[in-house]
Amino acid sequence: MTDETKAAAAEQPANSGQEKFYVRFTLAQRYLHAILFTSFLGLAATGLPMRFSDNWWARKFASGVGGFGAILFFHKFCAIVLTLAFLYHLKDLATRVFVHKEKGIFWGPNSMVANWKDAQDLVGHLRWFVGLGPKPKFDRFAYWEKFDYWAVFWGMIVIGFSGYAMWFAPFFARFLPGWALNAVLVVHGEEALLAILFIFSIHFVNTHLRPDSFPMDMVIFTGKETEEEFKKKRTLEYERLVAQGKLESRAGDKPVYWWVNFAKVIGFAAILIGLVLLVLTLIGYFGTA
Amino acid sequence: MAGAFAALLLFFPFMLGAQTDCLSCHADKTLQDASGHGVGVDGDKFHASIHGSLSCSDCHTSIKEYPHPDQPEPVKCATCHADQSKAIGGSIHDGTSPHPCTSCHGDAHSIFPKDDPRSAVYPLNIPKTCGSCHANAALAKKYGLDNVYATYMDSIHGYAVSKEGLLVAANCMSCHGSHNILSHKDPKSTTSRANVPNTCGTCHGGVKDEYLSGVHGKALVDGNTKVPVCSDCHTAHAILHPTDSTFRMQSTPICGSCHKDQLATYRDTFHSQLGLLGGYVETARCWDCHGAHGILPASDPASPVNKANLIKTCGRCHADANESFVKYQPHANPHNRKLNPALYYVRLFMNMLLWGTLSFFTLHTLLWFIRAERERRKRGPVAEEKHD
Repeated sequence: MTDETKAAAAEQPANSGQEKFYVRFTLAQRYLHAILFTSFLGLAATGLPMRFSDNWWARKFASGVGGFGAILFFHKFCAIVLTLAFLYHLKDLATRVFVHKEKGIFWGPNSMVANWKDAQDLVGHLRWFVGLGPKPKFDRFAYWEKFDYWAVFWGMIVIGFSGYAMWFAPFFARFLPGWALNAVLVVHGEEALLAILFIFSIHFVNTHLRPDSFPMDMVIFTGKETEEEFKKKRTLEYERLVAQGKLESRAGDKPVYWWVNFAKVIGFAAILIGLVLLVLTLIGYFGTA
Repeated sequence: MAGAFAALLLFFPFMLGAQTDCLSCHADKTLQDASGHGVGVDGDKFHASIHGSLSCSDCHTSIKEYPHPDQPEPVKCATCHADQSKAIGGSIHDGTSPHPCTSCHGDAHSIFPKDDPRSAVYPLNIPKTCGSCHANAALAKKYGLDNVYATYMDSIHGYAVSKEGLLVAANCMSCHGSHNILSHKDPKSTTSRANVPNTCGTCHGGVKDEYLSGVHGKALVDGNTKVPVCSDCHTAHAILHPTDSTFRMQSTPICGSCHKDQLATYRDTFHSQLGLLGGYVETARCWDCHGAHGILPASDPASPVNKANLIKTCGRCHADANESFVKYQPHANPHNRKLNPALYYVRLFMNMLLWGTLSFFTLHTLLWFIRAERERRKRGPVAEEKHD
C-alpha cells in the first residue's frame, strides 16, 4: 500500500478496511475507455442535431454552440480523437500479437473473440431470466461484454469509413461508385443511431444501472474490483486463478478515495448526458418536426 | 386678436410678393378659422414653392374681395391637375382622405417639385410620406396589410434609400406607382402577379430577361400565374441581399411549396441537414444548383444540372469534383426501390440491423433487469453489494 492509499483507508474506517482488490483493467485501458466515451458523447451530441436537423431542439442546440459551423467542427474534432484512440488500440493489439506473441488474444478466457461457451452462456442466461435454469458462471469477459466490444469495433469501422467518405467525398469518389456517396450518409446515420441507442440504453443498463451494479460499475474507472465482486461476477476466472495459485498476481491497491469520487462525477455526468441525448434521439426519431 | 395684429405690424415690412394683401392677415401663424383650423401661411416658404408665382385667388377661387366668407369653398387641385386627379379617382386611395393631394404632397402652401429634396414626394422622402399612414399598425390591420413600412425600411431597398440616400433605389412609388396605385389583386396593377417581373424589370432588366428565358418566366407569359414571380422568393417589402443568411435560410421551403417531392428528398441529404442548422448557410440550396432566375429543365444543355455541366456546377463548392463524384444524387430517395435500388437495400439492411439488435437486447436487458431485481429483493437490503 502506498502512503496515499493508507491515508485514504484511514479516512474510511472499519467496513471495507479488510477488503481485497483485484485488477481488471490496466491504466491504458481505462484511459482508452475515457477517451472513447468522451469523444463518443461529443460525436453523438454534435451528430444528432445533424441527423434530426428539422427538429426544434436540433436548431436550438446548434445555435447554442455557435451554429452549424461549430457543430461540424466539434464533430470532426471528436472523430479525429476517436480515430486516434482506435488506431492506438489496433497498434496495441498488433504489438501484443506480433511482438509479445500473446496467443490469448485470439483464443481462450482472456480473448474478446466469441466462442462456443458464449453461445451457451447466452442461452443459459436467457433461461435463467425466465426461471428455467441456474445462472451461468461467467469468465473474464461475458458474452454481452464481448458484444459491446465488437459492436464498438464494427461501428468504428462502419461509421468511421462512411464519415471520412463524406468528409473527403471527392477523394473517395475516385474509387467508390456514385450511389455510394448517397449510401454513406444513410449508413453513417443509421449505424450511429444504433450506436447511440445501444450505448445509452442497453450498455448503460447492462453495465451500470442493473441492480447488481447500480448506480455505476466503478471498475472501468478504478481498474479494480473487490474480491467479492470478482468472485460473483467473474466466477470462472476467479476460480481458475485460485486453482492456478495466480490470484495474488492480480492483486491491486484499494482505489483512492478522491479518485473514486472524481470518477463518479465524470461517470455520472457521462450517463446523464447520454440519457439526455437518448431522450432527444427518441424525440427526433418518433416525434414530428 | 390684438396681439396678432401687433405681430402682423412687426412683420409687415418683410412681406413681399403677389400675395401681400392676403398675407397682411394670414401671415399670422396662429390665425384660425371659425372651426379652429389653422389658416396661417408662411409667405416665404409659399413664395419659394412650386406654386409661389400664383395668386392666392388662383386656387381659392371663391375669394374675390375682402372681407371674404368665413367658409370659402375647398380648393380644387383638379382644375389644373386633371390627369392626376382622375388617376387618384380610379386608384385604391380613392375616397380614403378628404384631402387626397395634401396627404402625400404635404402642406398645400409649401409644395415642391418631386426632384426637390424639400418635397414630400422626393425619392428619399417617399417612404416616410407613405409611412405616415402605412406605418400605422391599426390602419394596416383594418385593411389587412402587412407591416410594410418597417419591413421595407429593413430591406435592401429601404437601406439604400434611408442610409445611403440612393435616389435610384426602389421606393414605394417605383413599384406601386403614384396616383394610379391599384391593389395587387387587380390585373392592371403594377404589382399584380403577371406584372411583377416587368415592374422589377424596370430596374433589374438583366434579371428580367433571364427570368423570361426560364421555365417559370415562359409559363408566366403563357398565362400561368401560379409560377413563382420575383416577389415569391424575394418577398415584396422585406427584400434581402440574396447572399444574406436569412434569405438563404428562408427560400428553400418556398421552392418546396410546389416541388414537394424534391424538397422531401433534399431534406434527407447532407446539404439540407447542414443547411437547416443556423450559422452555416453555404450548403447548396435549390438555386445554387438549378440557377435562380432562368431555371431550365435538366435536359436542356444550358441547364447547370445538365449532365454535361455537373462537374462545373458541383465544382463551385466541391473543388475536386470529378466524373464519379457528380454521380451523387442530391435528390436520392432511399424509400424508392425503383429509382434508387442500391440505396433502398442499404437502408433496409441498416434498419433491420438497427431494430434487430435493439429489439433483442431490449428484451434481454428487460428480462435481466427484472430477474436481478427479484434476486436482490430475495437477498434483502442488508446483503446489497458495496460499490466502492
